[in-house]
Amino acid sequence: MESAVPLVYVANKEIIARRIAKMFHSGDVVNLGIGLPTLVEKYLPSDGDIVLQSEDGALGLGPPPSESQKDGDLIDAGGGAATLRTGGCFFDSATSFGMIRGGHIDYTVLGVLEVDQEGNLANYKVPGKRVPGMGGAMDLCIGARVVIAATLHFQPSGASRLRRRCTLPLTAAGAVHLVVTDLGVFSVEAGRFRLTECFAPYTPQWVKEHTDADIVFTETAEQGNEELLLPVGVV
Amino acid sequence: MKDKPIISAVEASQLIFNGNCLMVGGFMDCGAPHSILAALGGSEVRDLTLIANDTAVHDFTSGRVTGVGHLVKNHQIKKVIASHIGANQETQRQMNAGEVEVELVPQGTLAEQIRAGGAGLGGVLTPTGLGTEAAEGKQVVIVGGRSLLVAVPLHADVALIKARKADRAGNLVFHGTARNFNPLMATAATLVIAEVEEIVDTGMLDPDSIHTPSLFVDYLVCADKLEW
Repeated sequence: MESAVPLVYVANKEIIARRIAKMFHSGDVVNLGIGLPTLVEKYLPSDGDIVLQSEDGALGLGPPPSESQKDGDLIDAGGGAATLRTGGCFFDSATSFGMIRGGHIDYTVLGVLEVDQEGNLANYKVPGKRVPGMGGAMDLCIGARVVIAATLHFQPSGASRLRRRCTLPLTAAGAVHLVVTDLGVFSVEAGRFRLTECFAPYTPQWVKEHTDADIVFTETAEQGNEELLLPVGVV
Repeated sequence: MKDKPIISAVEASQLIFNGNCLMVGGFMDCGAPHSILAALGGSEVRDLTLIANDTAVHDFTSGRVTGVGHLVKNHQIKKVIASHIGANQETQRQMNAGEVEVELVPQGTLAEQIRAGGAGLGGVLTPTGLGTEAAEGKQVVIVGGRSLLVAVPLHADVALIKARKADRAGNLVFHGTARNFNPLMATAATLVIAEVEEIVDTGMLDPDSIHTPSLFVDYLVCADKLEW
């Protein structure tokens, strides 16, 4: 039901990271892309039960180091200082992308410029403006068992990043399985989004009305996800 | 085993000539041969083609420039083949202004193109990039009912790489995520110059722990690790 008081959207990256961190299972190998996906790391269990693969050549990345622990020869895919857990290892770029393309990675979490209801992802290029490049994202989309697109639901302009059809150059065609925004969790199914979880205070109907894409939703979505209504930083 | 010549960073930079194709190891400056790059950035060499994972850092706000970013800033590069230029605003500016040609390649494809170049292969077949701009102009072949892009081998005149340690014969050991593209590039250039932090006597490295065999390496440069 639409609430009586009009909802005001407040961007919330933390709820996205927190929700994604709960999707993994013990032993899963996960690759986090640069930008918003990097936030997922701090919500993972502290025991290393989820194994982080980093495209620059590491398996078993740990939490960011303290100032005294920093080693210039140990970074994550975004160039930030990193640590390696006991049992972790290093390898070259061909081995790293062999892992990625070869189907050895369970989940990848990637940032978004646009994602559409066909599962197309655009996240590497705004022609003539900002052209960072695809880095490892095209390989990750091809090779990871589950591709999760992580994004604030709306652009600063107010337009939704979930679309009927991407207009920017694609990173991969039909590759995205799940989209997690600060409004809810969407799966890509038969050319439309299925809202499987809706984060309070938003309602499925409100999400549908404010998104330029075909969205269906299920009863579970209407029940919302109160569990995630924790203060930021509390897991 | 015959010793490899040990030269200075400046001498290394003098082995690179106008119009050369250059591979440079490193991932966002981690594992880049910073001493040789500093010497090359101070030289008059121009019209280089650069093959590297990325073009390091050039931040217009802070003015910070690192690694191969100095070569871009000095207009020593005419073409870049890389997977990522997002941390270098000057590369993007020169590309949009038509001052440098940039070919963006998926990172895994770039790694395999270099590996193929060093291994005598005719290329590799990859599903990465199908249905995107990365497939434009590329040959598509079907193997076992699966569409794949042909990625041609890459080879360079000179590879500038960085290792943690070498022995005098030129065997190399890398450290941490500073390995990245370095061992691949060591195989794929006519002349390979390895910058290392330490050179030990031949026989002091465990043969089972050597990452790059000596035959790939032509020159060694011993230099303190530069902070970036």
